[in-house]
Amino acid sequence: MPPTGGRTPPRSPPARSKKPILRVDDLRVAFDIRPRGAWPWTPSNKLHAVGGISFDLAPGESLGVVGESGSGKSTLARAIVGTIPSTGGRIEFEGQDLASMSDRQRRVHRKDVQMVFQDPLAALNPRMTVGDIIAEPLVTHEPKTPRKEVRRRVAELMERVGLLPNLVNRYPHEFSGGQCQRIGIARALILKPKLLICDEPVSALDVSVQAQVVNLLKELQRDMGLAMIFIAHDLSVVKHVSDRIVVMYLGRVMEVAKSKALTTNPEHPYTQALIASVPIPDPVLERQRQRPVLGGELPSPLSPPSGCVFRTRCPKAHPDCAERPPRMVDLGDGHRVACPYHQEPSVLDAARQMAG
Amino acid sequence: MALLDIEDLRVTFTTGDGEVNAVNGVNFSIEEGETLAIVGESGSGKSQTAFAAMGLLARNGRATGQIRYDGRNLLELKQKELNRVRSEEIGMIFQDPMTSLNPYMRISEQMAEVLTLHKGLSKKAAIDEATKMLDAVKIPDAKNRITMFPHEFSGGMRQRIMIAMALLCQPRLLIADEPTTALDVTVQAQIMELMAEIRQEFGTAIILITHDLGIVADTCERTLVMYGGQIMEKGPTEQLFERPTHPYTLGLLRAVPRIDRDDETLSTIAGEPPDMSSLPKGCPFTPRCSFAHGPCPTVRPELVPADGFPALRRACHAPVAEVK
Repeated sequence: MPPTGGRTPPRSPPARSKKPILRVDDLRVAFDIRPRGAWPWTPSNKLHAVGGISFDLAPGESLGVVGESGSGKSTLARAIVGTIPSTGGRIEFEGQDLASMSDRQRRVHRKDVQMVFQDPLAALNPRMTVGDIIAEPLVTHEPKTPRKEVRRRVAELMERVGLLPNLVNRYPHEFSGGQCQRIGIARALILKPKLLICDEPVSALDVSVQAQVVNLLKELQRDMGLAMIFIAHDLSVVKHVSDRIVVMYLGRVMEVAKSKALTTNPEHPYTQALIASVPIPDPVLERQRQRPVLGGELPSPLSPPSGCVFRTRCPKAHPDCAERPPRMVDLGDGHRVACPYHQEPSVLDAARQMAG
Repeated sequence: MALLDIEDLRVTFTTGDGEVNAVNGVNFSIEEGETLAIVGESGSGKSQTAFAAMGLLARNGRATGQIRYDGRNLLELKQKELNRVRSEEIGMIFQDPMTSLNPYMRISEQMAEVLTLHKGLSKKAAIDEATKMLDAVKIPDAKNRITMFPHEFSGGMRQRIMIAMALLCQPRLLIADEPTTALDVTVQAQIMELMAEIRQEFGTAIILITHDLGIVADTCERTLVMYGGQIMEKGPTEQLFERPTHPYTLGLLRAVPRIDRDDETLSTIAGEPPDMSSLPKGCPFTPRCSFAHGPCPTVRPELVPADGFPALRRACHAPVAEVK
């Protein structure tokens, strides 16, 4: 394979073509869960971690995915990277179906899609130097790259993510959490991917360091024209990074909208409750806020509720919500909501006022 | 008299790499029925302050100073007396409810144990009492679920059980160390509401230790900001958030992304959290502070009332008027 270093390095910033770089269509991922002590011939239970998700991602766009634990957001990321096989639907990357790719094509695909993980220290090999860690993807995928070129690119990237290049021979344990996350980001970027998937990249970091990493990711995404999927449970962080946000609950999409529209005019009762639950560091505002706390907890994904999966916790649930899954209602401007009753008075006018 | 009064608390750990000073001279007090937040990032010493008060420091840790509860210095109490105070007077909730509950014991046994041991109740009476407490923290179907094991509960439910257990002996002070960090936001909102109700119902004083400024804003009357084992600033929550006079508080408040605002880029605090084994002699925040000047690296600032903001106390050499 010829070195593809000639792929125009500074890709023109957000060159937004109409054609999406990633198209996810009715994606389903199910896991087989064997009950403990079951006979080998008893059929296993299916856990539907992702139950039919569709969205498009334009080149250079950043898409936020929010949801609580168990919402299937990390499974979604892994299915797109290709580390978990999907059990239904399609994932198309630049028009190519991921499932039908040959091994060789998949290897090329892996170069274009890179991932940043949650626990920065656990994601780095403790016995490799920082330089080797960052260079590893390049050496693996483009083994013919001259050593000097590898070193140059590692140094360049380290500087770009805010690490002193003279730290190249240190080991991960010598770095703080924030610095380790920078190393993880440099490693993900060395192959000049087209899509970067960040799975909770800042949730393990302290507030002051979190802001640094969020800003860095945003800057890199803009400068390199990267498409990005930013997964997090913290809606306020996601809002800062993303152009558009997908809200997930129990493996289904509840609402999709542009960041601003989603946070100021949430239409789905779950999004409304989620926003109301996010605390704001302002005592005066906090005390004025009406907070309809969402009762109950996430149902077991092994036996999700029938119809709309959110109905068991939904303050607006109607009897027919149990009968069939809700259709996506298109509200225009890319705002789609999976709730037929979204026009009924919001559970949360107070939250809206405060967000406005 | 204050319920708990901490004076010049120092916590030192002896490690293979020498002495690490996790807490360096902390002073504060909490009144009966009050809520106090201790805010700080990892390594700020906020949890070690609480652990020292509860006599729960790791074996290589040593606490000096005064921790006066009801007039008695907890650091000087004998193990037996300390156990009594810990069980009946001060309750504690930890971050991870799974590791704090015994996975091999049914909830009923774990909770009843507290009451049979400390209150001398019969097992049956203890279980009845425990069931009532689980009802109070809104565990549905408490009567039947009390016989379950911890793993049969979700994270939010386990934290409710922890709270119920801490309240069994009706303590006057509840120390909550990051009680909602492991939980989802919607569940966090439920737990915070529960804590507020408990405080109203039982009149328990609460020390809430957290890194999350958002939940502090809603729940606590007074806030104490820690960094590098020292108190940077303290005062009434509303005033502290409205006009922070310490550069660290200011930076921290600005670095939090807010759902109700559209900032293009977040303002950051440059640099990395401090290395506790080699702190500067002066203010620990000096290397990251944009207001640092002459005396900062060498002279430790005193915690004194802020100029023009008498309710706030700050430890900073930079004039209040400049820090904004």
